[in-house]
Amino acid sequence: MSALEARGVHLAAGGRSLVEAVDLSVAAGEMVVVAGPNGAGKSTLLRLLAGEARPTRGHVLYGGADIADLPPWRLALVRAVLPQSAHVAFPFRVHEVVQLGIDGVGRKLPRAARADIMTGALEAGDVLHLRDRLYQTLSGGERQRVQFARVLGQLRAGMRTADAASAPILLLDEPVSSLDLKHQSALLRAAHRLSREGVAVLAILHDLNLAAAFGDRLVVLNRGRVAARGTPVEVLTDALLHTVFEVPFRVGAVPPAPVPFVLPFEDAPPAEKAAMSHRQPSRAD
Amino acid sequence: MASAAARDERSFLARHGGVGLMAALVLLVLAASVVSMGTGAVPLPPERVVRVLWLAATGAPDAISAGDRLVVIGIRLPRTLLGLMVGGALAVSGALMQGLFRNPLADPGLAGVSSGAALAAALVIVLGQPIVTFAAAALSSWTGAAPALQGGGTPFALLPLAAFGGGLLVTLLLYALSTRNGETRIATLLLAGVAIGALTGAVTGLLSYISDDRQLRDLTFWSLGSLGGATWDRVVTVAPAILPVFLAVPFLARGLNALALGEAEAFHLGFAVQRIKRATLFLVSVAVGAAVATSGVIGFVGLVVPHLLRLLHGADHRTLLPASALLGGALLVGADSLARTVVAPAELPIGILTAVLGAPFFLWLLLARGRDLSA
Repeated sequence: MSALEARGVHLAAGGRSLVEAVDLSVAAGEMVVVAGPNGAGKSTLLRLLAGEARPTRGHVLYGGADIADLPPWRLALVRAVLPQSAHVAFPFRVHEVVQLGIDGVGRKLPRAARADIMTGALEAGDVLHLRDRLYQTLSGGERQRVQFARVLGQLRAGMRTADAASAPILLLDEPVSSLDLKHQSALLRAAHRLSREGVAVLAILHDLNLAAAFGDRLVVLNRGRVAARGTPVEVLTDALLHTVFEVPFRVGAVPPAPVPFVLPFEDAPPAEKAAMSHRQPSRAD
Repeated sequence: MASAAARDERSFLARHGGVGLMAALVLLVLAASVVSMGTGAVPLPPERVVRVLWLAATGAPDAISAGDRLVVIGIRLPRTLLGLMVGGALAVSGALMQGLFRNPLADPGLAGVSSGAALAAALVIVLGQPIVTFAAAALSSWTGAAPALQGGGTPFALLPLAAFGGGLLVTLLLYALSTRNGETRIATLLLAGVAIGALTGAVTGLLSYISDDRQLRDLTFWSLGSLGGATWDRVVTVAPAILPVFLAVPFLARGLNALALGEAEAFHLGFAVQRIKRATLFLVSVAVGAAVATSGVIGFVGLVVPHLLRLLHGADHRTLLPASALLGGALLVGADSLARTVVAPAELPIGILTAVLGAPFFLWLLLARGRDLSA
């Protein structure tokens, strides 16, 4: 049984359908990347999967249960969402923002457990040194990392609280859009590690190299529909880049000299990823 | 782990800071109340005020002189209690509205309560007499009984009730206008509030245009705000509206904290966002409606108090909301003491005072610390 499943979901708004007949499933222990051009319906699909928007047709299920029947707090126990926007009204401090993630879901946990989760989340976001800073004074990338720490805090608090009826689900909406290379890699590796711990991870990514490196499977959306799905090797083809993304890019071909190019050296196939994880990947420089 | 221990200690200190702030605010409320009860035509030293209150509270009222009893217990205590409730209601409502709108510039009047109450008050002041006379006549002809309210009686007893009802009505209207498919759109609420505010303002203006001199004077005074009408009766009438709001507000704190991240994010964290919006609007309309109904329109308390507290102790609503209630009450009672002394034996409308003091202070806040307040 999939941890997260969408069955034939449609969403129409203002006479236009934004998402059409999308079937999708993410198993516990799997990281699925959703890619696609602007306006393809990626974020709308994520809102449907999060329960934030109701599909006009079709169903979204967590652990086999239709989420339309579940109240918000039950959803929050098993599912955390990293949003695209990272605006916080009012002068909250970094640890207060992360606390928001832990407190709601983990209010029944003992203090020590919550402090543990807090520390782990701040470390995973690499924002431990910022814990007492005002959120407003942070850079865009730092804010995104704080939000990641908050989301991680919620997920961990939920994992310790939940009656384990359903596997935890992590939804990431362009999680690396304002991060530097080091933190892009760190965040996605953290998400990947979570998937290996049994979390169902779904991430929207624009960078196809990162998508190929971290996604066990890719789902490519175009105009609200699934245009392609499968392993990175199956999905990323010259034809797809032409027809869906409308760019003359080539897969696996070195561009003509003297143009230098930089790629993440994390592109081992999923089977080898675990074996590599204890080794520090070298930079492609 | 050493680092974990250090963090625990810090969060304990943070909580301790919250307790310290609350204790300081409670002291401030007590001090402002005692000063206020010692201020007026018959000045009383603080220790005498405290002694009178103590004797009255411990059930030995006979030991108090009749004069002191009248001045402190009969006249000034209800006024002080009313000031604490009204100031607290305005400040808490300001904090709630700022949290709901996710904007530090929101004030309690934003959801139309003040403008609706003002319109209803103007209706009563200007048209109340003919309406009451007409209604009484109609009633007497219907029942055959003698009219209860005779020509000379003013309809002022109706004013607080009408203002309260008017405020609630306009808020309900705004809520209905901005809610589609069970979801209240905050931006629509704001814009509709501006539109309805302009409309009710125009009607209120029209009413003052057709009013006679005495009515105009009543209207003006009402719109400037005053605690002058404070009696025990009024305290007893207002308390059931405002005190439950103070008790209910802490339950919204976590939800408003989550709302600071955004509506979608609050939902992701497990909060029923629409319920938070509805509860917030309802509590604000009741609290502000009751405050405006008894004391007229008093500005700036609701705007400035939450700001000041955010600077002092951060944005966490679990502290911010109760602290706002305390500081708002203390400030209004303090301002009222001032209003009674600066032009003694006359009384300055308190709304003038809060604006005169509040506006420059607010400007200073914005210019000196503005970067910390907004994103």
